[in-house]
Amino acid sequence: MTNHWIDLKNSDCILIMGSNAASNHPISFKYVQMAQEKGAKLINVDPRFTRTSSKADFYTALRSGTDIAFLGGMIKYLLDKKLYNKEYVENYTNAPFIVGKAFKFSDGLFSGYEAKNRKYDKSKWAFDMDSKGVPKMDRSLKNSRCVLNLLKKHFSRYNTKLVSSITGTPEADLVEVYKTYAATGARGKAGTIMYAMGWTQHTVGVQNIRTMAMIQLLLGNMGVAGGGVNALRGESNVQGSTDQCLLWHIWPGYLKTPRASNVSLSAYNKKWTPKSNDPLSANWWQNYPKYSVSLLKSFFGEKATKANDFGYDWMPKVDDGTDYSWLTLFDEMYKGTVKGLFAWGMNPACSGANSNKTRKAMENLDWMVNVNLFDNETGSFWKGPGMNPSTIKTEVFMLPACVSVEKEGSITNSGRWMQWRYMGPKPLGNSLSDGDIIMELGLKLKEIYKEGGAFPEPILNLKWDYMTDGLYDPHKVAKEINGYYLEGPKKGKLVESFSKLKADGSTSSANWLYCNSYTEKGNMSARRSKVDAPNNIGLYPEFAWCWPVNRRILYNRASVDLKGQPWDKKDWVVRFAGNVKNGKYVSKKWIGDVPDGGWYPLENPDGTKRKDAKHPFIMRKHGYAQIFGPGRADGPFPEHYEPLECPVEKNLMNKQRINPVAPVYGTDADAYATCDPKFPFVGTTYRVSEHWQTGLMTRTQPWLLELQPQVFVEMSEELAKLRGFKNGERVMVSSARGSLECTAIVTKRFKPFKIAGNTVHQVGVPWHYGWRWPETGAEESANLLTPSTGDPNTRIPETKAFMVNVTKK
Amino acid sequence: MSKSFLIDTTLCTACRGCQVACKQWHDLPAEKTINRGTYENPADLSFDTYKLVRMREEVINGKLNWLFFPEQCRHCIEAPCLETAGDPGAIYKDDKTGAIIFTANTKRLNAAEIIESCPYNIPRKAPDGTLAKCDMCIDRVENGLPPACVQTCPTGAMNFGDRDEMLALAGKQLAVAKKKFPKAMLIDADDLNVIYLVGYEPKLYCKNAMASNAVFDITRQMALKRMIRPLTNIASRLL
Repeated sequence: MTNHWIDLKNSDCILIMGSNAASNHPISFKYVQMAQEKGAKLINVDPRFTRTSSKADFYTALRSGTDIAFLGGMIKYLLDKKLYNKEYVENYTNAPFIVGKAFKFSDGLFSGYEAKNRKYDKSKWAFDMDSKGVPKMDRSLKNSRCVLNLLKKHFSRYNTKLVSSITGTPEADLVEVYKTYAATGARGKAGTIMYAMGWTQHTVGVQNIRTMAMIQLLLGNMGVAGGGVNALRGESNVQGSTDQCLLWHIWPGYLKTPRASNVSLSAYNKKWTPKSNDPLSANWWQNYPKYSVSLLKSFFGEKATKANDFGYDWMPKVDDGTDYSWLTLFDEMYKGTVKGLFAWGMNPACSGANSNKTRKAMENLDWMVNVNLFDNETGSFWKGPGMNPSTIKTEVFMLPACVSVEKEGSITNSGRWMQWRYMGPKPLGNSLSDGDIIMELGLKLKEIYKEGGAFPEPILNLKWDYMTDGLYDPHKVAKEINGYYLEGPKKGKLVESFSKLKADGSTSSANWLYCNSYTEKGNMSARRSKVDAPNNIGLYPEFAWCWPVNRRILYNRASVDLKGQPWDKKDWVVRFAGNVKNGKYVSKKWIGDVPDGGWYPLENPDGTKRKDAKHPFIMRKHGYAQIFGPGRADGPFPEHYEPLECPVEKNLMNKQRINPVAPVYGTDADAYATCDPKFPFVGTTYRVSEHWQTGLMTRTQPWLLELQPQVFVEMSEELAKLRGFKNGERVMVSSARGSLECTAIVTKRFKPFKIAGNTVHQVGVPWHYGWRWPETGAEESANLLTPSTGDPNTRIPETKAFMVNVTKK
Repeated sequence: MSKSFLIDTTLCTACRGCQVACKQWHDLPAEKTINRGTYENPADLSFDTYKLVRMREEVINGKLNWLFFPEQCRHCIEAPCLETAGDPGAIYKDDKTGAIIFTANTKRLNAAEIIESCPYNIPRKAPDGTLAKCDMCIDRVENGLPPACVQTCPTGAMNFGDRDEMLALAGKQLAVAKKKFPKAMLIDADDLNVIYLVGYEPKLYCKNAMASNAVFDITRQMALKRMIRPLTNIASRLL
């Protein structure tokens, strides 16, 4: 979230799309309903009427996988009717930038497409630069090559008639949503979006979110209270684990995993440190080397020296252009190249797309270590349905982990709040905390590598001093993440803020974004003050801690005008309160939230420009928010493409049916079916309130199983009639990859769609189940159905739109 | 001053935290259920289920609604079950809170009669004849804690406190609800310590959301019972 949970209450219009927050983030509704009580409108767009819809002021449906068409129509509406926030767009976004002549779009393809490799040459999307190397701009927005005019042209095709025939949403409903949401473009009004996996888990996942981010920019909703782009994370600490580099492509704090071509630390830093020639651009990532070196110092301690590039050579590199994401790892495992697996706090046999492939892939493992609270479908894959234990040689080790309340440490919630938790009861039996397991594993590896082995340095030189009295000490790790002064007068002291980190090896920080979280003043995340900030908008600055530097609302300098005064006088986030002399600011002072950089505003009260100011979007190279985003794998503007498996022969918006750069896999377990009469219905997966993830912690809990005892398939009354199903009867749901038995829930909450004149049915299955429990073994994972494909930027799988059949058992 | 609940169904998202919290606090076993083609489960209140969120799909004025109603004992101010039992050792009213409490001695009552007396069809019987229902978490309330269902509710649908506070809150919430639901109302607020705020006609939410007309018959039955009570009391003492 750019904002945070409590801030939802400040919104004037909440759009929930791509999420079922009332079900899956129940606490959020406390704040959603607070906003509604103050007169905010709640809009919900979802293929199915959900618990969220039941509380919405306006609900409408769309076919899964058509969000860009839906939102693209909104962009067209905003531009046609000039409902966008002109002042904001002109000054804070790249709308005035002039795009180079090489950028083109035709037949659904952007310029630079390489059909053979299914990828784009992104250099074709570059901006025109002036002689100083600053992007050329036309602030009058008249130049036909400026971003805003290219945007107009791009979305001119997204008229409501065409959008409606793609999405299945009635035209009147589209207009109602557009009109209601567009009202937040007015000065002092704020609209927000709450989305989750309903947007991310698509072959166009990133572009779904980008489309909305663009709408938020056009309406001036970024940086303001009750605004922002708010991802509702699917697990209490997903934000934290992402920040700490759970994913393959990043180091902690969103630094890049080095490529093989980054042959030295200087080459690495040079490659990933952006340069701006605009003196008004903060270009915050120019500090990259300070963060990368501080990280290496944290990893390798005294062994990291200037002479050895701070141990850069010991860090693993990835091959350029190669993907190491989940889908690819299991693809490699299926092909037999991956031989060992730590399944740590995960249940891939149920949670990954195309579960039959995932489970089959595990047969090729020599060993698997399953670290979890309980045995699960992953640890027991070898005795699962369709497996022949006598032919499977994989050795499985089960390491029992204790549960979250049995250990001390922090989680970081969706709102980027790092919250410290104390230990409740002691770990049960011989279970251990993850920290203890990792510490012991590290010590053992060091012991073994001492006796030799290939490339022992990374392990032997790893600083591994996070234990106290033989036990994992979460405070030591939290302090390490914050970072220390390693030299000078403050040697041994905790660093106050990332602005103090250095690239010369004199500081350490295991995650620059968390520098300031645990200082000499104490553990900031353990704070529990209920006192609000002076602006009284629910920031509670001394309750827990928020990255970066306790800033509760990101991009908050975009919540003020050029003179530093808030667009919204009532629910303001920050305001400039420096002294004024002769119409000029003469002292620096911001009040409210921690400002996104404490520079002077761009203009003085008398309207003169300042030279010591910075543009508000400090993490962007040029300081402007990107309506034109030339960094994405699939294009600088979003475009509607059908899901890899879809119910239509052709994309009505352009000549490419699917995202031209969507990843596809080629093993015999990777079947895909489009417009195949064997799989006539759109399928999707989702969650329910009563279960959690793959259900490992909830399917075994009798009270929760009582509420949701069986996997089900929800369908419309019309589809049930067509198939002759009775409500509550067991039916088979199948896709090109697998099938499972489900209980039919025949409901008014699903309705057939009219897509380009044809009736299209959609069904949905929750993915929380697995054969291991309940003991009948009859309740299986919905991921048996889902395809191995996903977003080309993130490779998150496309589990929200695929094709299925539903038949009598 | 007695205690009351305000259950604002317009804020309920049917997360069913209340239903589970109730089971947890009372250490009630889970029932073996199947999916019956609905999220609602178990199928009904029971000796082991004091609280059940009813979920109804209703098309009202051409618009689909999903109505949620966390059903539980209403803790009537004049409780027919208590009157019918006439046995304070089995069913009594806690003076401080107004909670209607069923004890293990309900086993000696005529279960069918007690169940029939309830205008909201709440009490349920164990195989051995003992009756059970919501006890207002009286052990929590006496120790200064809200009932488990109230504590767990994320949205403010479940509220609990002194009766005058709850009546004031009910009035305020009703005014808020009326803006969106012109037919919003409080159900039998004068007679109950569990006050429901609903946006539409009560019967759309749950069969027994509102006291049925049969309540008059029950009152008549109660009057009859009162007349014969001295006899039965004597009889039970003799036995």
